[in-house]
Amino acid sequence: MNPAEPLQPRLSLRGIEKRYPGVRALAGVDLDVLPGQVHAVLGENGAGKSTLMHVVYGLVAPDEGSMTWEGQPLRLRSPREAIARGIGLVAQHFHLVERHTVAENLALGFPDAPFWRPTRSLLPRLRAAAERYGLALDPRALVRDLSPGERQRVEIVKALMQGARLLVLDEPTSVLTPAEVDALFAVLRRFVAEGSSVVFVSHKLAEVEVLADAVTVLRRGAVVGRRSAAEGLDRRDLARLMVGRDLAAAVADRGRARAEAIAAGPVRLRLRDVRVDAPGRAQGPALNVASLEVRGGEIVGIAGVAGNGQSELVAVVAGLRAPNAGTVEVDGREPGSGRRRRGARGQVDAGVALVPEDRTKVGVVGDLSVARNLALRHAHRRPFARGMWIDWQAVGRHSQSAVEAYDIATPSTGTPARLLSGGNVQKVILARELDRDPGVVVAVHPTYGLDVAATSQTHERLLAAAGRGAAVLLVSEDLDEVLSLSDRVAVLAGGRVVATMAAADADPEALGLAMAGVAA
Amino acid sequence: MIAGLRRRRALHRWEPRADAPAWRVMLVTLGAVAVAALVVTWVFVAYGVAPGEAWATIVRRTLLEPRGLSETVRKAIPLLLAGIGLLLAFRARFWNIGAEGQILAGAIGATAVALFTELPAPLVVPAMFLAGMLAGAAWGAVPALLKARMGVNEIITTLMFNYIALYLVRWLINGPWKARSATGFSYSERFPAEAVLPTLGSTRLHWPTLAIALVLVAVVALLLARSRFGFEVEVLGRSPEAARYAGIDAGRVTLLLAALAAGAAGLAGVGEVAGIHRRLVEPTQLSLGYGYAAILVALLARGKALAVVPAALFLGFVFAAGDVMRVSLRLPSQLPDVVTGLVLLLVVASEPLTRGRWVRRDPAEAAAATAVAPAASPVATHAGEPAPSPEGGG
Amino acid sequence: MLVVATVARALAFATPLLWAALGEVIAERSGVVNLGVEGMMALGAVTGFAVAFTTGDVWWGLAAAGLAGVLGSALHAFVAITLRADAYVSGLSLTMLGLGLSALIGRAWVGRPLPDPMRTVDVPWLRELPLLGPMLFQGQYVLTYAALLAAVVAWLLLFHTRGGLVLRSVGENPTAVDAAGLHVRPVRYAAVLIGGLLAGIGGGYLSLAYRPSWGEGMVNGLGWIALALAIFAMWHPLRVVLAGLLFGACFTLAFRLQTVFPPELLTMLPYAFTVLALVFTAWRRGRHAFGAPEALGRPYLRGER
Repeated sequence: MNPAEPLQPRLSLRGIEKRYPGVRALAGVDLDVLPGQVHAVLGENGAGKSTLMHVVYGLVAPDEGSMTWEGQPLRLRSPREAIARGIGLVAQHFHLVERHTVAENLALGFPDAPFWRPTRSLLPRLRAAAERYGLALDPRALVRDLSPGERQRVEIVKALMQGARLLVLDEPTSVLTPAEVDALFAVLRRFVAEGSSVVFVSHKLAEVEVLADAVTVLRRGAVVGRRSAAEGLDRRDLARLMVGRDLAAAVADRGRARAEAIAAGPVRLRLRDVRVDAPGRAQGPALNVASLEVRGGEIVGIAGVAGNGQSELVAVVAGLRAPNAGTVEVDGREPGSGRRRRGARGQVDAGVALVPEDRTKVGVVGDLSVARNLALRHAHRRPFARGMWIDWQAVGRHSQSAVEAYDIATPSTGTPARLLSGGNVQKVILARELDRDPGVVVAVHPTYGLDVAATSQTHERLLAAAGRGAAVLLVSEDLDEVLSLSDRVAVLAGGRVVATMAAADADPEALGLAMAGVAA
Repeated sequence: MIAGLRRRRALHRWEPRADAPAWRVMLVTLGAVAVAALVVTWVFVAYGVAPGEAWATIVRRTLLEPRGLSETVRKAIPLLLAGIGLLLAFRARFWNIGAEGQILAGAIGATAVALFTELPAPLVVPAMFLAGMLAGAAWGAVPALLKARMGVNEIITTLMFNYIALYLVRWLINGPWKARSATGFSYSERFPAEAVLPTLGSTRLHWPTLAIALVLVAVVALLLARSRFGFEVEVLGRSPEAARYAGIDAGRVTLLLAALAAGAAGLAGVGEVAGIHRRLVEPTQLSLGYGYAAILVALLARGKALAVVPAALFLGFVFAAGDVMRVSLRLPSQLPDVVTGLVLLLVVASEPLTRGRWVRRDPAEAAAATAVAPAASPVATHAGEPAPSPEGGG
Repeated sequence: MLVVATVARALAFATPLLWAALGEVIAERSGVVNLGVEGMMALGAVTGFAVAFTTGDVWWGLAAAGLAGVLGSALHAFVAITLRADAYVSGLSLTMLGLGLSALIGRAWVGRPLPDPMRTVDVPWLRELPLLGPMLFQGQYVLTYAALLAAVVAWLLLFHTRGGLVLRSVGENPTAVDAAGLHVRPVRYAAVLIGGLLAGIGGGYLSLAYRPSWGEGMVNGLGWIALALAIFAMWHPLRVVLAGLLFGACFTLAFRLQTVFPPELLTMLPYAFTVLALVFTAWRRGRHAFGAPEALGRPYLRGER
């Protein structure tokens, strides 16, 4: 590419506006994507990146503004038109039919596949795409047996086979291991070398640094900066643009948030020979942990790509499911011993707090008021319960104080929880779980989808809980989060703990390898 | 015209929300009833009956005359019992279509006590109610257990149990329990005097059952509003996943609610057999579709226990009106079924309408959005609507 | 001889089940559950009878029966797909409405036999076969063979064509279909309407061929059994045939026992058997990759596509 001769952009957006009730998702966005370019769109959650991609792909029509594709004006009425023009989308949540094969899923996207036996004609094209870009896939494999990385490959092949000259990827690396990320980047480089373009949406600075030729930074729906790789991309600079304040320094730096050494207390959570079986799974039990201990005041981070036993681990500790073998001891006692019941309620009574992964569907009941949600897991105990009746006044009083203490932004304690923003829902959950001084706290992806302010508040709360002597188990896919909060890091791969190390000594590369199941 | 509609659609946008303001719900319900009334009026005209006179006769004979009113209330009794039961069952997402069979089971239980036990006179009626409730509960517990332990679709199983109960009653009254005097029609022996429920004055209104029904409604209302169990039921009904997380034993709660619902229906069966017929008779005479109509009662009440009373009265009125239509106006006897089905359809079809509103788009937006679908906002998920749908498949 | 007679009668008995269950399989594969099958069969039966009686031609009657099923299911489709209301209750109300309406309409024809009912046929050459001949090729109605053919056609279309792939995908993951640029709602509408057509034909079979008359309790739960059959057959058209034959054979055998057991208890058997079949399906389900279509019963929220 000759820098002296400006190329005509392949895709051009001018003045794109999109409003939803109460929020201006996109405010006059301009964007130019050149041929042969990897263009990253950077921004925090809620900055408007996904909405912009929906506009580009034809899922959403802008309220104002215009688009140009290869010099011609572009008005998309549906994804079908976008596909016809050569714009392919690889979304964050894959649109695949799990029960069908790879070939069947691909055939779905092809209107000109033959009516009779559509999958057969696709096989040669699939093989060609695989060779050209290095995307190996077994057309007869069932999607449900594929790893997230392989599923993403199916989506990419789908877009490529439809003749995409512009690939839009929305947060593509959130479910990939470091090795898979490298493989993806290699594929994208090959794609771009042919003259096609890639638009790559992300909030991960490290990846943008490595991959992008050009970066557009969005904040609150508006473009706040443009950078190009030719001029050099600086992580701090990008972070500052993204976040708008010098919190960027804290975000950009990786390192432990706690400088003081903790005098770790007694072991409060202990797993011994815990096994959770998964019938039908070829690779063996879903969880097989010989030993895992968390002391009071300590934060143990569980790193690992989703699907490697994390949900089973959480379920077993929280009492949501009983292990097929082994014991889970909280403060030295097993569930079902003494006066404690088995199951989730027993663990609650034992002082196990759970901040669940799915905060809107599991962590709170959307239709119930904030006050009731604050009493959710403890409604069977005092002060809320008296015998078989519930003291609604006590519930109300408690919710007032919790809202104040945890700074929950809500019109009233009677507001249904679903009307709260993600950050405030998480505050409700934290208020409920941490308020009773639990002995063990399990936090699963606690800051997923939260903005920077909410994230740091959540981290503070977890640190405070540890400071009060709780044993904290942090399960997260965000390596930065795990490393910055934890004292020790354990890696789960294939259901086993394959590596443990002190966070201070953790080497990201070794971690990445461990996560991918490769022995260090 | 299509272009005109398209333009209209482009000017406005439907925004679904999850809340349903009470006045709108009322409006929609009344609207459904009004439409059904219109259909009935049309039937009058089709059969050559003057509508004004027909309606006057109906209202007089069901609501204004004391005997007629008692009939209306009497028909509401099983609807009240089965209805409050179904309200509970639906909260736990247990779609009990088997109330009809559970009513019959209750009748069988009551008959067994009345004819084949030797209890001191004052204990007979309470024993009958107890037996009927247990029989009904057992009849509903089997499909409930099958669902809880094995995931078997309860819609079909409860329905199949209806038919099984029906033929069971038929067998009993044609076989082992057949009355010696029965010729032509089959029925069981008459109940002894101490097994018969007293009625109000000269009417057929068996008030003990009514009393039990009202007490049950009050108890359920209290439990749901103020007890721990009630809170668990509410959480379970709104979000089974959150309920699990909250430590609520979904299986136990569901089973309990299913058994309660079926037991309540069983009580209705006792009332019918001990209060009205005083013997076990042909099942289709025993339960005139009360079990199915109770579904509408529960849905109309929309989760509020006390609302079951007006809903049951309304359907009692429909049934009583059906009788008047058949006897006095010589109209087909299937009209109440049609009316019930129609109202149910209208109520369920209009349910989404209670949860959203038309929002005017501004002109620029309208121009840009010719035929593009108004997409969900970026915050929305791809989940389905929060409608009360059970899991699919067996 | 018992075997021959049993199979032959099982075929005849199972035919309405096959029609209705096939229709429901198609509808449910697209993600829409239709509990109104019983009502639509009743409507089909009464409409078919009325038209056949009046015109003197059973084939017009059959067409009318199918049409009645289509109209009934169109109502359900509108409520469940376009209005996105609860499909389960909508179907249920349709059954109540259908049963009531059919009883209402049929009053004029109760107890009157059809003067010129559908006749059984003998397949010309195949009927001479030993054992198989009298079992399968003598004395069956055309509609029975048509049902078997329909099952095969349905299987081919569902699993070997692109149209079928799209339909199955709509039932599994409508968002994926939408993202691929295809329209979800028309596919669901088509599936539900076809289901209604087949259910109506099933009802028409009852009143035009099997028991050429009309009575209020004619369908008597067959629609519900057909629903169970669809589940038992794990939504696979060819299994529907096998399952249907199995059911049919069981009922026919049960009737043979009438001399030994009281008739009312025997009439109970089909329903009890259905429950057992569902239990069996649930029990086996843990080992299979089969299951209900993922999106079954959930309305599709993605805008007006």
